[in-house]
Amino acid sequence: MKRRVISVLICVLAGGLVLPVLGKAEVQSLRGATPIEGGAVEPEVQTWQPDREPIDRDFVQQPPLIPHQIDGYQVNLKFNKCLSCHSWANYKQAKATKISQTHFSDRDGDVHANVAARRYFCTQCHVPQVDAKPLVENTFKPVEAITAH
Amino acid sequence: MAIKRSVIALLFIGFIAGILFWGGFNAAMEMTNNEAFCITCHEMKENVYAEYRTTIHYANRTGVRATCPDCHVPREWTHKMVRKIQASNELWHKMMGTIDTREKFEAHRLELAQNVWRTMKRTDSRECRNCHDFGSMDYTKQGRRGRTQHEEGLAAGKTCIDCHKGIAHQLPNMGEMDPSVIVGEGQK
Repeated sequence: MKRRVISVLICVLAGGLVLPVLGKAEVQSLRGATPIEGGAVEPEVQTWQPDREPIDRDFVQQPPLIPHQIDGYQVNLKFNKCLSCHSWANYKQAKATKISQTHFSDRDGDVHANVAARRYFCTQCHVPQVDAKPLVENTFKPVEAITAH
Repeated sequence: MAIKRSVIALLFIGFIAGILFWGGFNAAMEMTNNEAFCITCHEMKENVYAEYRTTIHYANRTGVRATCPDCHVPREWTHKMVRKIQASNELWHKMMGTIDTREKFEAHRLELAQNVWRTMKRTDSRECRNCHDFGSMDYTKQGRRGRTQHEEGLAAGKTCIDCHKGIAHQLPNMGEMDPSVIVGEGQK
């Protein structure tokens, strides 16, 4: 009994000494270790890449990337700026890529006369590009079948 | 002699009154022809102005800004007077409260937009061309898409508003004009 009391006391004491040190090291605010008086680290300003030819896919199911800027494009219930060039009715005149026919099916597999609601908001899958470097090294390579030779 | 003097006095008074009247007229014209005046109406401030503030005509990399009258009031005197007289109709609807709530504005958005598009089509987008002129436009400095579209557009005799709709304000429901640009609703 006596031994147990002593060991508990030792644990409590040790914890009291170690925990504050550990705690201090672990807690870090979102702005990093920058002191409150110092200026925060400003993220680098990235600009959208200018218009270019369509970008190759890296894997078969990849939603194609947007090879142009889309600043100020209105995509809401009343109008979808992307579809004014990429819809089946407009792609020829606009010389744009037409949207895939998968975009007309809803989640029950029913095919609609127009783009299904779940596929209507383009930037959920398709994104424009900045010249951002990968955050971690990556050795991924697309399969030969979709690589241009 | 007395008659001659009174004629001169009359001419002088007329001259001064003319200056005052013309000066006052121009001052009133200028006063009602700037953005600060346009957004004294909440209909403008809370709808079209708020939308315009997010677009390239409000803020851009070069710092050139087009304000309301730059696009919506002609610069040339006669056309400007015609537009100013038409504006009396807008005052009437302001009094009637035709678009005094967001809901009423949305209900009229298509009609209002079509009025502007019709005018711009008729005038060959005259107000756009105060700044954007085909003659001083260098296609080689444009992007892949813009270059092709501008070359084809010029050749086909199109005018700015034919393609550049909804660049400074939100578009109304465009499904009526092009059913392929809106979401499919239940129609299977």
